[in-house]
Amino acid sequence: MARTMAEKVWEEHVVRRADGEPDLLYIDLHLVHEVTSPQAFEGLRLAGRGVRRPDLTIATEDHNVPTMDLLAPIADPVSRKQVETLRKNCSDFGVRLHPMGDIDQGVVHVVGPQLGLTQPGMTVVCGDSHTSTHGAFGALAFGIGTSQVEHVLATQTLPMQPFRTMAVTVNGTLRPGVSAKDIILAVIAKIGTGGGQGYVIEYRGEAIEALSMEARMTVCNMSIEAGARAGMIAPDQTTFDYVQGRPHAPQGADFDAAVEHWKSLRTDEGAEFDAEVVLDADELSPFVTWGTNPGQGVPLDAEVPDPASYEDPSARASAEKALKYMDLKAGTPMREVSVDTVFLGSCTNGRIEDLRAAAEIVRGRRVADGVRMLVVPGSMRVKEQANEEGLGQVFLDAGAEWREAGCSMCLGMNPDQLKPGERSASTSNRNFEGRQGRGGRTHLVSPQVAAATAVRGTLSSPADLDPQ
Amino acid sequence: MEKFDVHTGRAVPLRASNVDTDQIIPAVYLKRVSRTGFEDGLFAEWRKSDPDFVLNRPEYEGASVLVTGPDFGTGSSREHAVWALQDYGFKTVLSSRFADIFRGNSLKGGLLTVLLPQEVIDRLWAAVEADPATEVTVDLVAREVRAPGADVREPFELDDYTRWRLLEGLDDIALTLRHTDEIGEFETTREPWKPVTL
Repeated sequence: MARTMAEKVWEEHVVRRADGEPDLLYIDLHLVHEVTSPQAFEGLRLAGRGVRRPDLTIATEDHNVPTMDLLAPIADPVSRKQVETLRKNCSDFGVRLHPMGDIDQGVVHVVGPQLGLTQPGMTVVCGDSHTSTHGAFGALAFGIGTSQVEHVLATQTLPMQPFRTMAVTVNGTLRPGVSAKDIILAVIAKIGTGGGQGYVIEYRGEAIEALSMEARMTVCNMSIEAGARAGMIAPDQTTFDYVQGRPHAPQGADFDAAVEHWKSLRTDEGAEFDAEVVLDADELSPFVTWGTNPGQGVPLDAEVPDPASYEDPSARASAEKALKYMDLKAGTPMREVSVDTVFLGSCTNGRIEDLRAAAEIVRGRRVADGVRMLVVPGSMRVKEQANEEGLGQVFLDAGAEWREAGCSMCLGMNPDQLKPGERSASTSNRNFEGRQGRGGRTHLVSPQVAAATAVRGTLSSPADLDPQ
Repeated sequence: MEKFDVHTGRAVPLRASNVDTDQIIPAVYLKRVSRTGFEDGLFAEWRKSDPDFVLNRPEYEGASVLVTGPDFGTGSSREHAVWALQDYGFKTVLSSRFADIFRGNSLKGGLLTVLLPQEVIDRLWAAVEADPATEVTVDLVAREVRAPGADVREPFELDDYTRWRLLEGLDDIALTLRHTDEIGEFETTREPWKPVTL
């Protein structure tokens, strides 16, 4: 029977299948960070259990870490304790850790692929919903809660309820200035924050195949914002080329054997998906959110929508509440919305290509008066590479802040936060109330739009900038 | 994990859709390394900024059933959202749609999330708002929600395995560890080129 890629990867990992029980799936890679792991390690201690496969587990510090003054102790004692707890847990249980100051420290979803630990056909989990990022390689990757973190640490498996499959096909070619971020924001606006619920999404079609690995990660990263369990993209030559030569990639004959297997993972001709969504890349333009969930987005050319235009009473109420929180009036052109802060970074858009795209736009220009632009690389490796390419200097010359790696203002667990009433254009993934700081207002955008917005001070695309 | 069979309690009507886990418990409350004491973070921002927020109203004090709008628990995978609800005193949450990860977390931790048609949620909201003393019974044995005051007697679905686990209060890890041999056997078939971290 013809099968989808998600079904194939699932089948390859079934340790145990029994009537009336969920399948027990083997987990190939478990990524760990400081926020969702302390209670899991404590649970192991209380039960006298160990970590079954420390060699399939890797940890880094990302959510709490300051992005300045790395050598000073973390000022917030509660954050410091959480980071110290991770260090002790990793040491006690024999788990490899990349702490602050280490060249491989960074946002967990940037670190895994960069080390070559994320490979096609694997099952990857992490106590973080953006684990869907790794699906860009054709891995089945999903976020889990702390109980499941403990379960994977103890058994290297998870009992999993079956999923449904959804194909999101993006035909055509993206126009210049339109990016992977705009694809995924458009998908979420189309199907809604609950549209993917219960599904593993496979992104396919010409426009997806044309994306680089990093752009594919941006798309898969935000699958969770459409409510999906995971997002996947079939591995192809782009994938193989990205993996080859990385520290944990297979080498020599092993690599050839791996590629042979990876090629077999593609969805079979004639396989049926439970749901299908089709988009045309040619019709996409830079996208921005106006509300307080990632489904509340419109093209930058559009206006703030009128809640009265929604037929569904719950969507209408949600829009009214969002406009009040965002302090926006229906009918205002999105381009007239001015911001205080621009955040470039996160597991969605903190990789080297994102920094290059933004640097290209701010090069030789200045961040607008009264706007602060924070550039936070996804990992210290990304920072190193950006510095080698001179991008760090480009950001500094433009008047932006060039920080150290971490999750930073994506969720404001460290000192990088919006103040009440402040408004940001952010390349992160969530525009929830207070997400970037208490009372802060977030517009989700691509790196290109973020950079152009920093220069003009109002939501803008690169096409809006004066030619140099 | 505490067993769940039948629970009867007063309800809180939370008329909101798309309640993400950042609202259920903001990130600043996730810094603790302990497993308890998360009740202060529950809906912290809404409780602080809106005196009329439903949890600030005395008539709902001590209620243990949360009746909420669709797409409850979207966003971050933080299990702290489940812990905060439980630590505050909620035993069960009723909605017409839950986000997947939140649902999984709740059922792992013994907070029973119950899927009901929105029309039933609407009736429960109306009844509870009219009379906050209205009692709601969530019966996992019979897989049924009953609220005579709201004229509700509604079956709900939950797979047999999860129901059994909740009724018995069983810990997933102990269940899986009974299959350690099968896990070991599976490991011998793993492709040699798959990466290791050490």
